[in-house]
Amino acid sequence: MSSFSITEPSSRSKWVAGTLVILYAIITMLPLVWIIMTGFKSPSDAISYPPKVVYEPTMEGYVNLFTTRTRQTEEYLTANPPETWADEIVRQYDMVIVGPSKFGERFLNSVIIGFGSTFLSIFLGTLAAYGFSRFRIPFADDLLFFILSTRMMPPIAVAIPIFLMYRNLGLSDTHLGMILLYTAVNISLAVWLLKGFIDEIPTEYEEAALIDGYTRFQAFYKVVLPQAATGIASTAIFCLIFAWNEYAFAVLLTSATAQTAPPFIPTIIGVGGLDWPAVAAGATIFLLPVMIFTIVLRKHLLRGITFGAVRK
Amino acid sequence: MAEVKLSGVSKSFKTTKAVVDMDLTVPDGAFVVLLGPTGAGKTTTLRLIAGLENSDSGSIEIGGEVVDDLTPAQRDVAMVFQQYSLYPHLSVRDNLAFPLRSPILKTTKDEIERKVREVAEVLHIPHKLDNKATELSGGEMQRVSIGRALVRDPSIYLMDEPLSSLDAKLRADLRVELKRIHAELAATLLYVTHDQIEAMTMATHVGVLDEGHLVQFGTPRDIYENPSTIYVAARLGQPRINLLPVGLLESVAPHGAETMGLRPENISHGTGRDASVVRVEHLGDQTRLHLKVADHDVITLTEPHTSLAPGETIQIAPLNPIYFDVQGARIS
Repeated sequence: MSSFSITEPSSRSKWVAGTLVILYAIITMLPLVWIIMTGFKSPSDAISYPPKVVYEPTMEGYVNLFTTRTRQTEEYLTANPPETWADEIVRQYDMVIVGPSKFGERFLNSVIIGFGSTFLSIFLGTLAAYGFSRFRIPFADDLLFFILSTRMMPPIAVAIPIFLMYRNLGLSDTHLGMILLYTAVNISLAVWLLKGFIDEIPTEYEEAALIDGYTRFQAFYKVVLPQAATGIASTAIFCLIFAWNEYAFAVLLTSATAQTAPPFIPTIIGVGGLDWPAVAAGATIFLLPVMIFTIVLRKHLLRGITFGAVRK
Repeated sequence: MAEVKLSGVSKSFKTTKAVVDMDLTVPDGAFVVLLGPTGAGKTTTLRLIAGLENSDSGSIEIGGEVVDDLTPAQRDVAMVFQQYSLYPHLSVRDNLAFPLRSPILKTTKDEIERKVREVAEVLHIPHKLDNKATELSGGEMQRVSIGRALVRDPSIYLMDEPLSSLDAKLRADLRVELKRIHAELAATLLYVTHDQIEAMTMATHVGVLDEGHLVQFGTPRDIYENPSTIYVAARLGQPRINLLPVGLLESVAPHGAETMGLRPENISHGTGRDASVVRVEHLGDQTRLHLKVADHDVITLTEPHTSLAPGETIQIAPLNPIYFDVQGARIS
């Protein structure tokens, strides 16, 4: 016999809700699991029909992702026995590894551009948001609307002008160019999100710090910033996800030096037929940084729930 | 510790005049309480002194030095806010040490540790030093925020209704504590409240504010016994002063008197005009009588164990009444 409660859900509704959540989690995680699984399949297993759920795992996809290989004559192969486990894998196809592929480089580009633009967006966004939140700025509302309006059209609509501008400025295919571009797109989101978070922090804290002997900037740094950590963390995740996944500008503006992983991964398909395990391996590795970043910042995201513990 | 002097200070927010042409001197070592209802300009006065607001006109001196162009940090004042007082991301210890670590004070580690301990002892919170600020109860939070002011040795302590959010018992305890701190440190305090008990019990001087004007400044006793206007008279006293038309009760009124102010304790019973008892409030230590005299409500005090009941009639007469003219100004 359980008593009726207006706050505690009944065991039946808990059961239904739990089932729905688990179902939803399975649906959203299935593609992810499939990608990770495909990364460890052999090319023939990857395209077999019906799809194989049980298979013999191989590192072939990862070897193909990170190396360039070439076919060799039988004499050469017998004269040079395989030295590493990776060599053995490629020998099945009478191939030898001749060097690293470009994936490592492209992945590093993604890291530099993604985290660089996220840092810059957050740095500028926090200062701007603090200014809008705390100071009397002439035409503040209009400026904020202008900042938001930059987000109103799809960024790709200005692709051609940006392409021409970047060519003239020598920013095409440079890390700096991509960092600036992603920052320009993200900054409006950052300013608006962060302004909301900073507005929530009572000005009394800074005033107390000012009286306690600190300058305005020190008060911002020591009192406002730690309390805005939740907002900064979630805004940073949004910015990183955009910069990390961005494809259209990356295709248009980068080709070699500053090419990021998203435009590179599909090109693997063209090298020696449809190498799905290598593509899946690339996608798996590509997913990791954002996942790690989110997990690292999770503490701050969860802090948001207990944030209202201060009396108002 | 230092004297604080406001000369002709005014401050407006858009169309609201928060402080109007204020002259106020907080003597060195005084405990000055600013009293007034919400919107009277009490908090703005504190913020002007602290440097959180800039005055529109007039000037402020702290210890003989004009501070109008100084930042809050440079003014060397400590302030206790009504709420939001603790840094929620810091421990109690770090909250208390925060002012000492400022670039202006640059206290050594040992000195910080010693002072924080000392203040924690005074406020009975040494066992809470390592707690997060958010883990404290309301009373503890406010004690820590008072402590954050006390770790310093500023020119003046500014306190903005520091006790208003606390329960009655804690408020009484902290009143005694603050008074003791004032006596021990010989500190200068400017204290804002709308609670007259706080004003009467702690202050050496009381300033009464009305719509941005300082209407009267004096000792608590002076303000209570010799209010300069009806407004001041009505601010102090619990129950409130009776304001009755001249002539209702028998008395010798001076020329031009319109209103008679009569404190509840200044009414004699047994002779004089008839008054019917409407309500009897037994408060334990005293009993309040709500009377009706020709359509006017009168409140008076009587002995705790009175047997009077509603509907009965008694006779009352004024003792030491004070008189006000049509504008509400005192006539002596």
